[in-house]
Amino acid sequence: MRNTKILEVGVGVFVALGIAAFIMLALQVTDISRFGDDPGYTVVARFDNIGGLKVRSPVTMAGVRVGRVVGVDVDPEAFVAVVKLRILPRFDQIPEDTSASVLTSGLLGEQYVGLEAGGAPEVLKDGDEIILTQSALVLEQIVGQFLFGKATESE
Amino acid sequence: MRRIYWGAPSMANVLALLGRRALASLGRLGRGQLFFLRMIGGAPSLVLRPGLVVKEVHSVGVLSLPIIVVSGLFVGMVLGLQGYNTLVDFGAEESLGSAVALTLVRELGPVVAALLYAGRAGSALTAEIGLMKATEQLSSMEMMAVDPFRRVFAPRFVAGVIALPLLAGMFTAIGILGGYFVGVGFLGVDDGAFWSQMQSTVELREDVINGVVIKSLAFAVVINVIAVFEGFDAPPTSEGVSRATTRTVVNSSLAVLGLDFVLTALMFGDV
Repeated sequence: MRNTKILEVGVGVFVALGIAAFIMLALQVTDISRFGDDPGYTVVARFDNIGGLKVRSPVTMAGVRVGRVVGVDVDPEAFVAVVKLRILPRFDQIPEDTSASVLTSGLLGEQYVGLEAGGAPEVLKDGDEIILTQSALVLEQIVGQFLFGKATESE
Repeated sequence: MRRIYWGAPSMANVLALLGRRALASLGRLGRGQLFFLRMIGGAPSLVLRPGLVVKEVHSVGVLSLPIIVVSGLFVGMVLGLQGYNTLVDFGAEESLGSAVALTLVRELGPVVAALLYAGRAGSALTAEIGLMKATEQLSSMEMMAVDPFRRVFAPRFVAGVIALPLLAGMFTAIGILGGYFVGVGFLGVDDGAFWSQMQSTVELREDVINGVVIKSLAFAVVINVIAVFEGFDAPPTSEGVSRATTRTVVNSSLAVLGLDFVLTALMFGDV
């Protein structure tokens, strides 16, 4: 009878360890808060070109992540990109005239939306639009412009 | 006379040999299917006797813990070292966390745990059942009106299906910790970046559930069916049992690797 008890305790510890491993995988390795809707409020920004920006790219302010991109779409009439930004609720003091630009982390890194705070007393609220935006720098266009400039220079 | 005994290497003989082999393997496959169905049929009765399953979880699961934990740790540490060496050239060593975690969660965790399980527990299952058959324990059970499918095969199969996903989860978790020790402890990757990069790339449903849970469940079913059936189907001699044990390890390893390709193509192929 004693042996059975030891065996059962061993199996119990084994199963508990297995479940603990899965809980660790779920909580520590993945970002479980992203599973549902991010808390916070949504603002919209329009860009001429968003480059490689994707849903769930980070939104940062002064280099700190304050939210995520939750939607990327094209305005069917104006043909500009409409990007929905979900900002975390504790950053609710962002001025209304904040500007947004699509930036790249490092030379080859992923693209993200950088916010630069303005000075207006009113703050951004759910559903507001960021008016001042700057598009992504597309490397091919810059190189193309540079080459074109060189060519006209030498004439 | 001797020449007739060996058979002339004529076209008909070659074809006959081929046909005999094909029929034999088809017959084995069919017996395997019937065996699997009968074993599944015996599984519900285990609700009344959970003690049988607990005992088998101990022998296939708890006793496999040391090999799983140690190899998980070393696999994770090697991944940390190799990943760092590659990533540091691009100045991207902060991505080490996501590289280690994605490799382990999607592929190495379930696959290596399944291969180790096939070697450690699958072979033991086959040998045990094969010897039970060779020493006529199975026949004597049937004599006493004890159904070996309910008493012997189903508990081992169910225990294996429970144990392998748990082992794969532990392997993956320990491997990630091993990568963390090497990356953050020895090589000086930033602690916060290691975890945050990992958390921003690893998805709960797409990576952890698909990778560790579903893959290792599929591997567990395949390995345990092969192991129990090979034991049941083994010729009741010492040579037969030894061959069946070898076949279990070889076939279930091949099945795991092949199935892994199919599952990966289904899960991650169209991204």
